[in-house]
Amino acid sequence: MLAYIIRRILYAIPILIGVNLITFMLFFMVNTPDDMARAQLGAKQVTPELIQSWKEKKGYDKPLFLNTKAEGVEIVTDTLFVQESLKLFIFDFGFSDANRDIGSDIQERMGPSLAIALPTFVIALVTNISLALLLVLFRGSVLDSSMMVVAVMIMSISGLFYIIAGQVLFSKIWHWVPISGYESGWGGIKFIILPVMIGVFAGMGAGVRWYRSIFLEQINQDYVRTARAKGLSELRVLFGHVLRNGMLPILTGVVVVIPTLFMGSLIMESFFGIPGLGSYTIDAIHAQDFAIVKAMVFLGSVLYIIGLILTDISYTLFDPRVKLS
Amino acid sequence: MTLTFLWTDIMVWILVFALLAWGWILARSPQVQKQWHTVFKSSIAMASAIVLLFYLLFALLDSVHFKVVKQGEMVSLLDMAFEHRIKETERTYSSPFAITEYAKAIVVDEHGVTKQEYLPLKHVNDTSILLSSLIALATGVMMSFLLIALHMLWRKRRGWQKVIPWNSAYVMVTLIITSFTWLYILSFDYHVLGTDKVGGDVLYQSLKSIRTGVLIGVLTTLVMLPMAIILGVSAGLFRGWIDDIIQYIYTTLNSIPGVLLIAAAVLLMQVVMDNNPQWFETTGERSDLRLLFLVLILGITSWTGLCRLLRAETLKISQVEFVTAAKAFGVGKWTIIRRHIIPNLMHIILISIVLDFSGLVLAEAVLSYVGVGVDPTMHSWGNMINQARLEMAREPMVWWSLFSAFVFMFVLVLAANLFSDRIQTVLDPRNNS
Repeated sequence: MLAYIIRRILYAIPILIGVNLITFMLFFMVNTPDDMARAQLGAKQVTPELIQSWKEKKGYDKPLFLNTKAEGVEIVTDTLFVQESLKLFIFDFGFSDANRDIGSDIQERMGPSLAIALPTFVIALVTNISLALLLVLFRGSVLDSSMMVVAVMIMSISGLFYIIAGQVLFSKIWHWVPISGYESGWGGIKFIILPVMIGVFAGMGAGVRWYRSIFLEQINQDYVRTARAKGLSELRVLFGHVLRNGMLPILTGVVVVIPTLFMGSLIMESFFGIPGLGSYTIDAIHAQDFAIVKAMVFLGSVLYIIGLILTDISYTLFDPRVKLS
Repeated sequence: MTLTFLWTDIMVWILVFALLAWGWILARSPQVQKQWHTVFKSSIAMASAIVLLFYLLFALLDSVHFKVVKQGEMVSLLDMAFEHRIKETERTYSSPFAITEYAKAIVVDEHGVTKQEYLPLKHVNDTSILLSSLIALATGVMMSFLLIALHMLWRKRRGWQKVIPWNSAYVMVTLIITSFTWLYILSFDYHVLGTDKVGGDVLYQSLKSIRTGVLIGVLTTLVMLPMAIILGVSAGLFRGWIDDIIQYIYTTLNSIPGVLLIAAAVLLMQVVMDNNPQWFETTGERSDLRLLFLVLILGITSWTGLCRLLRAETLKISQVEFVTAAKAFGVGKWTIIRRHIIPNLMHIILISIVLDFSGLVLAEAVLSYVGVGVDPTMHSWGNMINQARLEMAREPMVWWSLFSAFVFMFVLVLAANLFSDRIQTVLDPRNNS
């Protein structure tokens, strides 16, 4: 088991290097350090000396991939690409344009992001699976078909609509919850409740349909017929057999998502003024702060890869057929 | 006035002709014909196909551009039909069918007294709404009946085949044509869906946004398809180190969060476009170029899912007996791909095209909100929502822009979702049990 996990982690390294290469190409080749210096210093009175000193200060004065002046291994290592990648690998994200430490900013903002994303994820998972089971229990009935129509409708409405409509109804007209803001601790619940409910509702259409199709696939299997033939009640068949065997495809879709919950939701957080990583990213995009966007890209990839590894591990825990080799 | 082609116009028309050619080739195969018959046997699929067709029609009308020599501006066929609405902008907000502005303005009358009153709108004729509605409805119903009669004539010559639910198509056509004629005829006298902050007509904006939405939905697929098919098929067929490399590429691309990759690419595209102002002459061409780049970026970031599916399916197919037999007969690799593999991948490709479409239309709105969508000067539902969302705080609420954008988007996405559901049930061999 341990050997398997270590091998998976080692396999993740080339992927992270690839991610780094892509971001590096985007951020340093399309937008060269000279361009960055000009944008930072203001277009008016930039002299080549000023650009040079800015690049030296930021550490951007090295060649991109090959340092022809250096010797030995340093031809490759004493370059911008290797230096920048190494910094990311030890999670040293450097400083933003506003001269704030990105690493500590990220640590600070993970909490609020999780406060929204985690409840949304858990509540959505539970409601979607229970609704899907209910529909499978009444499959083929009017309830089933009408709920499926509703699900397609929910899927077809833009997520932005739910947010705006929710804010107008619950905050502006009925004054049940504040329109936006955040507070840590239990006092913050009034801020969290609306975004969580909206997040759950917006994902309900696609979620219920997906779980329902998984369960329907199981219900046509031979073991379900056997279970019924044994005289088990439909409910026991559903929970004991269909749900348990449906867990496997569900795990593939769900476990990958768990680590990326840290990243928060871009639009939800910016609409509700939650100081999480999602709104951090959006602010960075609006301010064209490349350092932050780069850090978030790297962080997102790391979390996604952790998700992939967790999926593989969870497989071995839930599916006795899968053996690690 | 001269006919000009923007980059996206060229791509749209290439796509339309490619689709027509493809359809013509496919229509000769009886098996494919039977499949499509089954698709259209469902009246929901028929109705949503009609809706999609009308949206496509508007997008195509808006993709024929003329350069007006005097002003040096680009005008599309749709703009010409709505010329009365483009020029006649009001001062500020007004609600649907309003004859005065939405808020009171301070005016000084001839006696020097300042008063607060509702200013009348400049380009509204206060005619009877009921009368024009009746005229519009009559015209619309007549036009659709004419179309239906023509179609029935054609059906009669082919001997009334009953399999396809044409009646639901007729109902949908009548519904769409009548409601659009109603909106169009009333738009001469009123701002049917109100006006926005700078007095622009909301109906016109919503109609112009159709092109942006449809283009992002279809062109992205056009960009992504060749990449996904070539890489997916060669990974599945050649295996070995080719497979390893291709798998590595898509795992890497996949692990970067989608929105962030798009955002990073769009931000850099902006920098590149700012550094190369010689690429475009007018603001119209600039926003068009930006749309083109956005489509390219979305295509490059979204091929991985389909590629993975195609790779798995190719792996499966290439081990089936008929492929082994073909190999044993000494049939070339290309012929095997063309004759045996691609036709068996068609259903996956088609399903993913229609499934992706609705997602892309919705994504456009979110991307515009994040600030990495289409050009802010371009008409799009995302931009409309983005501008209107701040106005919800006003008292009374300015809801009409937002409402129109969401309704136009909802109808398109709902139709696409229903249609893709049907295609999936018919074409997916797993559902044939």
